[in-house]
Amino acid sequence: MSIGHTLLGLLESGPRHGYDLKRAFDEKFGHDRPLHYGQVYSTMSRLLKNGLVEVDGIESGEGPERKRYAITEAGVTDVQRWLATPEKPEPYLQSVLYTKVVLALLTHRDASDILDTQRSEHLRMMRILTDRKRKGDLADQLICDHALFHLEADLRWLELTAARLGKLAEAVTR
Amino acid sequence: MTPAGSLLVAHDLRKAYGPTHALDGAEFSIHPGEVVAVMGPSGSGKSTLLHCLAGIVTPDSGSITYNGHEMATMNDSRRSALRRSEFGFVFQFGQLVPELTCVENVALPLRLNGTSRKEAERTALSWMERLEVDDLSGKRPGEVSGGQGQRVAVARSLVTSPRVLFADEPTGALDSLNGERVMELLTDAARSANAAVVLVTHETRVAAYSDREIVVRDGKSRDMERVV
Repeated sequence: MSIGHTLLGLLESGPRHGYDLKRAFDEKFGHDRPLHYGQVYSTMSRLLKNGLVEVDGIESGEGPERKRYAITEAGVTDVQRWLATPEKPEPYLQSVLYTKVVLALLTHRDASDILDTQRSEHLRMMRILTDRKRKGDLADQLICDHALFHLEADLRWLELTAARLGKLAEAVTR
Repeated sequence: MTPAGSLLVAHDLRKAYGPTHALDGAEFSIHPGEVVAVMGPSGSGKSTLLHCLAGIVTPDSGSITYNGHEMATMNDSRRSALRRSEFGFVFQFGQLVPELTCVENVALPLRLNGTSRKEAERTALSWMERLEVDDLSGKRPGEVSGGQGQRVAVARSLVTSPRVLFADEPTGALDSLNGERVMELLTDAARSANAAVVLVTHETRVAAYSDREIVVRDGKSRDMERVV
């Protein structure tokens, strides 16, 4: 995820302090991985340097000075460009799983064992996500669904590979 | 999980249809309140395993023990009584009687067991509430959606408070959202009633509602909990 673009997008609704930005980010996007303060401030420094945000005001209180950031026109354009650009589909052609299966076949180990064990591990994770989905709000459901669909795709690959192990063994040991 | 304390245990099940070995030494066990997914590719023998466990099909050899009793020693009427009162069934398609209303469908297993209409429909309605289809009680199956019909079928499968629920691809005919809701309601209802669920599915998202899985391939079963 592009933290810079996400923080810029959050600034579009109005100027915020770094702390507010972190809180908004964690609440909406940081379910498993909340931002560190250091990440927020280093990202804001970079955005400031690139002219995508500006300092809208500085408050001095008992603690350190608090800068309030506002997005610039260039920042809005940058967010728009990012949103409109499709993400590159990752083909995962050199997956670890494929390598393990082929190595097992090459070394005359039981490749179906590897596939079964991996399926079980995937299902274990799917159970955790399904449980979290059941107990969570709509945002949790959507985030878990995304992960579940990816795990499901892996599992479909595992099934198909299990059904083709004989042919694959012939091909790799030829 | 070991078979100790299991409600239903199968050992070394074999079943052939002509030259095809549908089951070739399959093992199975389930505890009360447990949801076990039976997974495997098409034709692997998972439905045959379910049919044997439920006493619908007699295996060629091997043993099935329900609640400490060997199923092979039970006569037909005892096995039928078991299926009617202690086992519940949900299948993929067409289980509801089209001429009956939804509440009459749900009440049917109780009526067949001799419960009065009033009592049977009262119990049926309470299960329909749990499956969130009580507002459909007066409608006939042809007047409800696929997802609603499947929830009615789940309510019917649980109305006798079975100790084992057999579900064979229960969401196979539903879209993702309806399928998920059916699985949530089915597993919640079964767990709260401490019923064991034997869930045959080839869908991993459905299997994710189980506590553990057994993989059937070429008629042989593999309990993944004992492997990992």
